[in-house]
Amino acid sequence: MSKSVMEMPPKGGFSFDLCKRNEMLSKKGVNPPSFRKTGTTIVGLIFQDGVILGADTRATEGPIVCDKNCEKIHYMAPNIYCCGAGTAADTEAVTDMVSSQLQLHRYHTGRESRVVTALTLLKRHLFNYQGYVSAALVLGGVDVTGPHLHTIYPHGSTDTLPFATMGSGSLAAMAVFESKYREGLTRDEGIALVSEAICSGIFNDLGSGSNVDICVITKAGKEYLRNHLQPNPRTYTSSKGYSFPKKTEVLLTKITPLKEKVEITEGGDAMEE
Amino acid sequence: MTKQQANWSPYDNNGGSCVAIAGADYCVVAADTRMSTGYNILTRDYSKLCKLADKCVMASSGFQADVKALQKHLAARHLIYQHQHNKQMSCPAMAQLLSNTLYYKRFFPYYSFNVLGGLDNEGKGCVFTYDAVGSYEKVGYSSQGSGSTLIMPFLDNQLKSPSPLLLPAQDAVTPLVEAEAVDLVKTVFASASERDIYTGDKLEIVVINADGIHREYMDLRKD
Repeated sequence: MSKSVMEMPPKGGFSFDLCKRNEMLSKKGVNPPSFRKTGTTIVGLIFQDGVILGADTRATEGPIVCDKNCEKIHYMAPNIYCCGAGTAADTEAVTDMVSSQLQLHRYHTGRESRVVTALTLLKRHLFNYQGYVSAALVLGGVDVTGPHLHTIYPHGSTDTLPFATMGSGSLAAMAVFESKYREGLTRDEGIALVSEAICSGIFNDLGSGSNVDICVITKAGKEYLRNHLQPNPRTYTSSKGYSFPKKTEVLLTKITPLKEKVEITEGGDAMEE
Repeated sequence: MTKQQANWSPYDNNGGSCVAIAGADYCVVAADTRMSTGYNILTRDYSKLCKLADKCVMASSGFQADVKALQKHLAARHLIYQHQHNKQMSCPAMAQLLSNTLYYKRFFPYYSFNVLGGLDNEGKGCVFTYDAVGSYEKVGYSSQGSGSTLIMPFLDNQLKSPSPLLLPAQDAVTPLVEAEAVDLVKTVFASASERDIYTGDKLEIVVINADGIHREYMDLRKD
């Protein structure tokens, strides 16, 4: 069976074929489904012995909280972690992908991964997709060259900073950092400052909330403090509890037999192409 | 040549949720006290409840500037009524006035989602629920605002209204005791605060009964 049009091999990247159709549909009032974003406050700072990363734990779908306790600090390498803000699927996918690439690179070189390697892999990928992969990241780690902290924007640009914040709560967190950061913080001071910055985001930004996650990375190793702070317990639980006895009401029962008698037909005509 | 669209909107949504439940001899009206815009909180301590008459309280969520203007208008009309009739407006009368006021601005609406709660002339609880342009209905309970989609199904489950199609017409007020209704309201708001980013901070509960109006507060999640 010969085809009139030759099929081209698929090109890489996103396919924009349906954009015109989507535009037409939204003019008619049919809106695309909203995707899950991590509203988010993520921060990182460099202290005496290494890097501390912090994040809140709320994931939102528009105005609704879809996950009250998600993990935004992603593993990249034993000595490198990455916080992600933006579209949850994008941050997960891109950090998983680069994490795998780093592992293969470790096998290839026989050396510990460097933060700049992760940085370059991430920024190359994001630039390639021209900002459509909506991932804003705070990358931190300690390698042979010392502690490093970087921010990566969805379009692929990066910054190298002593302290950084990203996400919808970044302004609230940065206000805290700009007031209280200084060089040479101790571990406890650093954790306290990061917690304060994340809490500022949690309470003042509606896109961030729930708990504080912390990750401390030093030359010696890493410490992942999941739910280091839980400043938002449920405010009221009824003492008497609630029961849900009301099932869906049966209003009418009607049984219609589909066929009076089932017949078996001989011959193979049934399933012809 | 496409039509030019406005790039400025006269409206904003300040978020928040309201609830009202009618009982045999009381009415509970409640709303959270958070006022927000976009992802920011403007204040954690803003009352969305307004006493329109002796036994009549309105809770409104939506655009608080329009809500304030609406409350002012209704207060003025109530004062005129008192001068002309030498008595307070009853809750059903206020309900009709609110509906007419909202429809008056049908083509530039008050961005206000209201629930009206109070006692009728016989002292029984009544709740009226509205849309932005004045369509209203007497119900046994209702919720409006950003958390209403989370709250209403739970209230339906616990306080299920009899169908309005049944004859003879059945009353929608709940058989619950006042304390149980307040407990229900507290649970409902604690749950809504967990999942709605615009609901939280503090809960203001007002109970109207034969003794008068009693107000209480409860803390909600602040994140």
